[in-house]
Amino acid sequence: MDAKVKGKAFTFGNNIDTDQIYPGKYVEYTEIEDIKKYAMSGSAQPDIVNKFAAGDIIVAGTNFGCGSSREHAAITLKAIGVGAILAESFARIFFRNAINLGIPAITCKGIHEMIHQGDEVEINFETGEIKNLTTGAAAKAEPLGDYMMNILQSGGVKPMIRRQLESK
Amino acid sequence: MHAIEKLLAEKSGRDTVHAGEIVNCSVDWAGINDLYYQTVKSFYEMGGKRVAAPERAILFFDHYAPCATEKQADNHKKFREFAREQGITHLMDINEGVCHQLMADYGFLKPGEIVVITDSHTTTHGAFGSFGTGVGATDLAIILATGKLWFKVPEVIRINLVGTLQNGVYAKDVILHIIGDLKADYGVYKAVEFTGPVVKKLSVSERMAMCNMTTEMGAKTSYIQPDDVTLAYLKEKNITDYKIYETDDDYEYAAELTYDVTDIGPQVAAPFSVDNVSPIEKFSGKRIQQAYLGSCTGGRTNDFMIAAKILKGKHIADGTRMILVPASKFVLRECIDKGYIQTLMDAGATLTAPGCAACLGIHQGLLAEGEACISSTNRNFPGRMGNVKAEIFLASPATVAASALNGTITNPQKYLEA
Repeated sequence: MDAKVKGKAFTFGNNIDTDQIYPGKYVEYTEIEDIKKYAMSGSAQPDIVNKFAAGDIIVAGTNFGCGSSREHAAITLKAIGVGAILAESFARIFFRNAINLGIPAITCKGIHEMIHQGDEVEINFETGEIKNLTTGAAAKAEPLGDYMMNILQSGGVKPMIRRQLESK
Repeated sequence: MHAIEKLLAEKSGRDTVHAGEIVNCSVDWAGINDLYYQTVKSFYEMGGKRVAAPERAILFFDHYAPCATEKQADNHKKFREFAREQGITHLMDINEGVCHQLMADYGFLKPGEIVVITDSHTTTHGAFGSFGTGVGATDLAIILATGKLWFKVPEVIRINLVGTLQNGVYAKDVILHIIGDLKADYGVYKAVEFTGPVVKKLSVSERMAMCNMTTEMGAKTSYIQPDDVTLAYLKEKNITDYKIYETDDDYEYAAELTYDVTDIGPQVAAPFSVDNVSPIEKFSGKRIQQAYLGSCTGGRTNDFMIAAKILKGKHIADGTRMILVPASKFVLRECIDKGYIQTLMDAGATLTAPGCAACLGIHQGLLAEGEACISSTNRNFPGRMGNVKAEIFLASPATVAASALNGTITNPQKYLEA
């Protein structure tokens, strides 16, 4: 994981569920090339895939990723190159899925007010500092904790488990 | 410590644990449903070769059963191959039903065990004093590879239910009312325990419905202290080796709430979130095109019994369709034996295969733009059951049946007077 990420913000509201992030009818797809086509396609910004650049950032209100346990929701956002997801809070399973895939899922109170659609945002993962480069506003993320940071720094949980299995 | 903490301590080989700690626990049951072939992919991607405990892994073909597309069929085929290669004998094929119901029907659930399934509604198993929690594909692959998974020890919220349930009001109404009050993210990362005289009297079926829905307030898991009702289930299933943990008297809950259920009438969660709950009166008379009776929330034998009672000798309204989705083959057989299916078909209902069906918008009863559905399921998100402009109203199985009868959202109480 890079120490910093900088990208354009795409903002969403509260309780964005996994059916909005990745509708159930596409869960049958198993290949990344298919899964990436439908990112946020059930949401208020269904055409985000055409506008999103690698490193861009999703900003949301409370309970982002609630609903189904489908990992496709995290896989599709990783596949379109999400630099980080900033939210007031995350639903539990989505949070685990995101961290497992190496997506920084960062909780920050007040973030939804501080960042607007299209703002340029910079996040420093080491200090937890979040800067809105468009408005100059800044905020501090809640720390992820050592366990989660370790997974992110390993590039996700798979390389971590691989090492564990190989060392046996 | 709380009973849940004692359970997690035992499974992680510790004497004590406390809320907020991360513990690595051995997992008793690892369930994979058919939406998540990614689990198998993740297993190999992380270097997995042999499943650590194939006798403790279960594959459930429930969301796609029976398959509606070639891709779904291909996923099932690859799952069957995986099961064969890895010696996984618990393969619940398309003839079985929804994972959570099968766990109960087969007697796999018992107090004091950890049940992890790639399905968010795995909170259901708190009804049996199990620690049930849903995860994604990669987390489940970790269990397949290592037999273990990390958990953050949750804080526990106690919800005490007192009073007397009105006739025609069920666990589903109570839990909808609570979710409407506390909102969809109240329980995130936390465990929700139900206590009190109302809970003591609830059947296993009603307990499952209530624990199932704690997912819709964000809960990590749910818990009901095993009691006589639980013991009767264990006896029926011939289960003798289980461990019941008790919460210490001095345990401090993160919150303790009491609800008097006496004044709670039938409830409805309106589009497009499960916490958008009102007493049914607010939507009485709202025209519906579909009534959906089924799922891991509201598709058990008791639910069909209530619906059959309401619809016996009557016919659903013109312009309304009623879809029946028994939660498992055992439920279906019992409902056939007891005549409920016959009664409901005579009333104009349509029977589909046991499974998840249209609950998550995959097949067997999707909605068109502008249509409305009254449903005994657990989610009403935009597009959940088909078109994003279709409306899903969540309610009890009784409300679903009464609404099918009239073609409009209807309070079921008058049809259930003794």
